[in-house]
Amino acid sequence: MQALRYILLRLLGTLPVLIGVTLFTFLAIQFVPGDPVRIMTHGRLGDAEVEAIYERLGMNRPLAVQYGSFLVNAATGDLGESIIQNAPVADLVAEKVTPTLWLLGMGTLLSVLIALPLALFAAARPDSAFDHAVRAAGMLGFAMPPFWIGLLLIVTFGLELGWLPISGFGAGWWGHVVHMILPGLTIAFFLAPILVQSLRASLLDALAADHIEVARARGIPEWRIYLKHALRNALLPTLTVLAVNVSWLVSGAVVIESVFALPGLGSLLVRSVGYRDYPLIQGLALVFAVIVVAINLVADLSYGLVDRRVLRKLP
Amino acid sequence: MSTVAAGEEGVMAAGLGRRLAREVASWSVTLKLGAVLLALIALAALMAPWIAPFDPEAQDYDAILLPPGGVHLFGTDNVGRDIFSRVLYAARLDLSAGFALTFVPMIYGVLIGAYAGYRGGLVDAVVGGIANVAIAFPFLVMIVVVVAVIGPGIDAIYISVFLLAWTMYARLARADMMVERAKDYMLAARVLGFSTTRIVLRHGLPNVVGSSLVFAMSDFVLNILLLSGLSFIGLGIQPPTPEWGAMIAEGKEFILEAWWISTLPGLAVVLTGTALSLIGDGLARRFSDRHGGPA
Repeated sequence: MQALRYILLRLLGTLPVLIGVTLFTFLAIQFVPGDPVRIMTHGRLGDAEVEAIYERLGMNRPLAVQYGSFLVNAATGDLGESIIQNAPVADLVAEKVTPTLWLLGMGTLLSVLIALPLALFAAARPDSAFDHAVRAAGMLGFAMPPFWIGLLLIVTFGLELGWLPISGFGAGWWGHVVHMILPGLTIAFFLAPILVQSLRASLLDALAADHIEVARARGIPEWRIYLKHALRNALLPTLTVLAVNVSWLVSGAVVIESVFALPGLGSLLVRSVGYRDYPLIQGLALVFAVIVVAINLVADLSYGLVDRRVLRKLP
Repeated sequence: MSTVAAGEEGVMAAGLGRRLAREVASWSVTLKLGAVLLALIALAALMAPWIAPFDPEAQDYDAILLPPGGVHLFGTDNVGRDIFSRVLYAARLDLSAGFALTFVPMIYGVLIGAYAGYRGGLVDAVVGGIANVAIAFPFLVMIVVVVAVIGPGIDAIYISVFLLAWTMYARLARADMMVERAKDYMLAARVLGFSTTRIVLRHGLPNVVGSSLVFAMSDFVLNILLLSGLSFIGLGIQPPTPEWGAMIAEGKEFILEAWWISTLPGLAVVLTGTALSLIGDGLARRFSDRHGGPA
């Protein structure tokens, strides 16, 4: 019951974000200088045809009504219509969403796989040479432009060594995995340093707790204390850090898709800007917001379900 | 009279010098290293018109795709432009834009957050609400939306960042101020009848600005990455203006035959970012020493 209430409260909490993003996009598009339909169609249409498009898209209604109907339609899965591609926005999005989700998933997975052992060894001997080396490597990784790392990875592992594919999404799930290794690694270059830093800090906190002393006194081996007692408590704050950085992760994905020519939502967004396809841009902004919010929600919920104390603090 | 005043000034200057020397001496190695590195990069950017051996936009078809070395320290690109000169001029753009994108929102973000944290109530609820919503905004997507409206270029980045980035600073300052508000010195200032403006600005602000300064160093790095990333996908700085990300994009096609076109501007970003991270790391230690250590 409490868990259900927690989930419902969290779901309600995502609404302001979705409204904020759609309102920002909606209002921004009102500032387009000139006539958006004429711009989108490059002035090839006559007055009557432009008027017909306005009528069809409902763009001659008052702003508040337009926004309201966009929200109502979006809630039912209808994101409007792309005039330029002459197709529903929802269909265009559905076509491209899989590579983006694969990229985000693979990037997060590789980041955790890289960060976890590094943080464990760094926290085991704080201020050791290894600890300092990990911190320095983290600073370097964080400062590297992801698209630049992507290029270097392409040159090294794709072109020079020929080990991995350098562009596209591949076929079949194994093909997807192989194609996502280099893009995923690119994400890991900036995500893993953030994770290492927070995981190391929370591991040190967790190791300083009383129950760890008790466990040591009881003669439980050090490696067990590490993996069972400390790591468990350190993972939760890391989950939050991961969630806080999701909006950056998604931003990075837009650029990385362009480096690896991935047919995902980011490439679609950049292309839609080139065509000034405003309905598509508006729909994509909402979809990106939904992705960020959904990942945050999953992190929040797993936090609440792993640590039951969170539930008890409910209003 | 004037000699006395001059003498006093001299004493004050000497005192200031000593204080500065003591301050620098207390810095950690990372802070010193980062500060020196950043100062060198900033100096190179400032002096670019005098240091750069070539016009950054001048094409020379007799010197195409030359490898690094000789007159062209960093080599040349596919139209014979000198990469070293371009990297230097790009530093002016990237550093100044990164600086403005970081510290302008920081100023009003910290002020808004400090005020909200001090006042509490409705103001605080509104600021806190906006900050919580903005943190989940897909940042780059919002900038791309603005680009779609006003066209590619740095203006779109300024508009979106100025509209959204202050919320991170407001969040930090607000949280710190809520802790400071209850402390004795703040109570004393209130009892003395000082105005809210004075209490927030003179008494509270110096104690809540630390976490924002530390965050600003990471934010500076992220803003440079943002500008160069948008330029890389063609939505930011437009060619032929030299910008690090745009330069990396220009060299993309030639990466196998002329690695230097893309690699060297990238190294400039890494160097700048590392300097800023070192400073951030040092500042974090400095502030935690001050708060944790004996008063």
